[in-house]
Amino acid sequence: MASNAAVPFWRAAGMTYITYSNICANLVRNCLKEPYKAEALTREKVHFSIATWNDGKPEKPVLRSDTPED
Amino acid sequence: MLRQVTRVLSRPLLSNRSCVRTFSTDVPATPSPDTAFIESWKKVIPNIEPPKTPSSFMGPRPPIPSTIPSKITVNFVLPYASELATKEVDMVIIPATTGQMGVLPGHVPTIAELKPGILSVHEGNDVTKYFLSSGFAFVHANSVADIVAVEAVPVDRIDPSLVQKGLAEFTQKLSSASTDLEKAEAQIGVDVHSALNSALSG
Repeated sequence: MASNAAVPFWRAAGMTYITYSNICANLVRNCLKEPYKAEALTREKVHFSIATWNDGKPEKPVLRSDTPED
Repeated sequence: MLRQVTRVLSRPLLSNRSCVRTFSTDVPATPSPDTAFIESWKKVIPNIEPPKTPSSFMGPRPPIPSTIPSKITVNFVLPYASELATKEVDMVIIPATTGQMGVLPGHVPTIAELKPGILSVHEGNDVTKYFLSSGFAFVHANSVADIVAVEAVPVDRIDPSLVQKGLAEFTQKLSSASTDLEKAEAQIGVDVHSALNSALSG
């Protein structure tokens, strides 16, 4: 059984598969021709809210988004 | 040497299977509840119905046809769209990390991690090519292939000048990278752009 040998270079550098896959997808999207590129860039946008918990209570959530807030 | 023949021939035939485990062809068509769990539950708690285990919720494994079908069924999906849904084709060539892999009907069940490259779908005389960013391909024993990718574009939507620019930029970043993470990112950039480049020319 191969123990830790032959890991892909990105995992050896501490990157997970999801990060690797998303980086590849972003690079491909940036190389598209014009009308497709604009559509593709809308797919890249992420929108999430993070709430850190302290002593069993959530603090105010931080909203991170690529879409501008209205 | 020939004295061993009778002993060797009386061993179960392993030539078609790589292991002696029961294979998917032996699985019954209907899902069976988890008998060992139910027996031990009844011994300890005879009055309450045993809860269902995940395996009883699973659908039955589709039966393997005894003759190899003439076409494979391809399901090619992306997170935002389903490119091909149960399409019957003659062959698909997938860009696995171990090289271009051709999948024909009757292919051995495989799970392949994909690298950035071209997926070509062959149907009669038509070949449709998509450039995939990365993903996985699952080939099942009943000649169904599931291919999942994050981003896939037909090759004619790729802009050659942007590819060249990206390749030059990442090659330069690779030589000037300091931390492991930067080197890995630059290497990924170089790999993806060179794959795009060969997709455009090949």
